[in-house]
Amino acid sequence: MKSAVVQLPGLNRDRDMIAALTKISGQAPVTIWQTETEIPDDIDLIVIPGGFSYGDYLRCGAIAARMPVMQAIKQKAEQGVKVMGVCNGFQILVEAGMLPGALMRNTSLKFVCKDVKLEVVNAETDFTRAYGKGQIIRCPVAHHDGNYFVDADTLASMEDKGQVVFRYAEGTNPNGSLSDIAGVINARGNVLGMMPHPENLIEAAHGGSDGRGLFASALDVIAA
Amino acid sequence: MIKARVTVTLKNGVLDPQGKAIEGALGSLGFEGVGHVRQGKVFDLSLEGTDKVKAEADLKSMCEKLLANTVIENYTIAID
Repeated sequence: MKSAVVQLPGLNRDRDMIAALTKISGQAPVTIWQTETEIPDDIDLIVIPGGFSYGDYLRCGAIAARMPVMQAIKQKAEQGVKVMGVCNGFQILVEAGMLPGALMRNTSLKFVCKDVKLEVVNAETDFTRAYGKGQIIRCPVAHHDGNYFVDADTLASMEDKGQVVFRYAEGTNPNGSLSDIAGVINARGNVLGMMPHPENLIEAAHGGSDGRGLFASALDVIAA
Repeated sequence: MIKARVTVTLKNGVLDPQGKAIEGALGSLGFEGVGHVRQGKVFDLSLEGTDKVKAEADLKSMCEKLLANTVIENYTIAID
């Protein structure tokens, strides 16, 4: 499995993501710059990391979502390539219309940076197979706009199709997100977005490895 | 030259934490009876040419594609 990490002005979690992917797959990901219009054919997983692309101007992820590279990523997703967006990456995917809903300002109006608990709601996706259904994992969050919103009809349809993948558990919802939603997947099951940062909890030096299963699942390697 | 103003507001039913905070701050400044504060955005633009019909169509397209997130926001267009 070959992976790629997208780099855009203002994204700053790319190095953490590259380190996580390298450690877990044993192979460094290729990097994709914002102006690129073609993505190599041998890439199986494209990751959009966190940060503050284009200074979060207009709306978080709004400008990045309209860059040429996103058209290329959209095409790849339509061909079935896996795409994962974390934090600002999630915001970019919803702004690009690749995932339903929107991410709004935290209800506390404060930037939150702490560990939360996540419930794995759907453990049958290509990104969560290493976990069990209902398993509670620990994961760090660091964001100002993670308050997920979607209209009631779309939410009902998403719940039916198993598109809600992660929920904040045990009262740890840090942002007022609707229905405690922390991560969602598209109907086809190959585009995942989540606010928490699994790349920051993959080894003992991080104080835990609960996030490792996501990459192990997506990269099809055994979770250690 | 055509001058236009685009106003983007949150849809009804979408919670607005910033509007709520502003409402609270107005209350603490002593402005009584202020309710339902909603924060939005205003964009002033100038467009080359004089064709207002085309300008309106272009502005609508700009709103749909970038200026508003139609999942959570409505927009109105005013042309001078």
